[in-house]
Amino acid sequence: MINKIISSVEVAVRDIPSGATILVSGFGEAGSPVELLHALVDLGPTDLTIISNNTGSGQAGLAALIANHQVRKVICSFPKTSNSVVFPELYRSGKIELELVPQGTLAERIRCGGAGIPAFYTPASVGTPLEEGKETRIFEGRTYVLEYAIRADYALVKCRKADRYGNLVYNKTARNFGPVMCTAASTTIVQASEIVEAGNLDPESIVTPGIFVNRVVEVRNPLDESILIAENRSYPWQKKQ
Amino acid sequence: MAEETVKGWDTSTMAAMAASDIPDGSYVNLGIGIPELVASYVPEGRELVYHTENGLLGMGPSPAAGEEDHELINAGKKYVTAIPGASYFHHADSFAMIRGGHIDYCILGAFQVSHNGDIANWSTGEKDAIPAVGGAMDLVAGVKNIYVIMQHCTKTGEPKIVENCTYPLTGKNVVKRIYTNYAIIDVTEKGLYVNKLAPGVTFDFLQKNTGAGLHLK
Repeated sequence: MINKIISSVEVAVRDIPSGATILVSGFGEAGSPVELLHALVDLGPTDLTIISNNTGSGQAGLAALIANHQVRKVICSFPKTSNSVVFPELYRSGKIELELVPQGTLAERIRCGGAGIPAFYTPASVGTPLEEGKETRIFEGRTYVLEYAIRADYALVKCRKADRYGNLVYNKTARNFGPVMCTAASTTIVQASEIVEAGNLDPESIVTPGIFVNRVVEVRNPLDESILIAENRSYPWQKKQ
Repeated sequence: MAEETVKGWDTSTMAAMAASDIPDGSYVNLGIGIPELVASYVPEGRELVYHTENGLLGMGPSPAAGEEDHELINAGKKYVTAIPGASYFHHADSFAMIRGGHIDYCILGAFQVSHNGDIANWSTGEKDAIPAVGGAMDLVAGVKNIYVIMQHCTKTGEPKIVENCTYPLTGKNVVKRIYTNYAIIDVTEKGLYVNKLAPGVTFDFLQKNTGAGLHLK
């Protein structure tokens, strides 16, 4: 019997080693797998490469993983938000590496990684500093840049509902990078706000078919990054003064 | 240098003029800042569908206080709503809409626009700045019509319309029209053409405050 349900976030991430490359879902706070990231902080692997649209906000979630010096490099389109404090400081002091990628190129690199396509040409970034050093080619009179697919060892993804097969549905704009990231990792680990019986999700409405998912763990009432920021919480949790 | 006495249009008027130039039924992506105002000035009887690149087509206005949903945000990471008939999708689909030429208009802010429609709007190249690009390069490369809406000069009075951009480029030869507080300017193969002047703005004044040659229609 197929059963991808894992009992806890700790168990779900416990084989992630130092040096791993990890896709992390989310656009800003929407879709960020905060509890899986905290489990990774507790586990403590270092020298990680993180591929995510942003670099976290405040002192929790992805920002906590970076603040804990577990991340060597980020591949990212927008490594700052109005509340990002951790990444800018480490970046300015040369303690973390950044590969800046246009957002659509990032999404397509991951999509290709999951779809067995090693590289593709895109018009985005032609004539800009982000094109420098990359191969270009002209198709029908227009210049395009060669970009390579991204695959990762792990993907950490948040969704709304999952079943034991790993079928997933998302919530509103929290879907963002989740579906493409699920396809592009050797091991895809998903936190779902609710796990439902197989057959409960409408097959016509399933966004990520279970074949792309290895582990699902239920996290009811997941934390909201903006609330953690408003309350000035940092992970590991500090006792309130 | 800009003369203090000439203010030209206010940002609402600029946004209203841009809104009135977008045809009924268009799919539109609005950048952060002044471009966001465009949605408030769409002429009655016209329906535009707003795309936000983080994964929503049919974006509606900001929610009422207390109605915010942490998982319903726009590309600027602000809380928004979804109109009846909206759809959600993942990032690869969202940027297929952008690069694939499915979005009709994108209205963006800019640091600089050059005489041939190059745009610089993601970095001022400051040494200490954290580089961040987001979807800007995909948008200018893929959306059919790129319009810029911005102040004509910087706060220190430097022209933002220039012969060649000095800031790092977002894209080359992409801008079709520029709305500023002083004028509406079309970017054509023959150069920059003044489409409309704000009240109190003369062609000579406009040229004096522009870093590239202008032509009258």
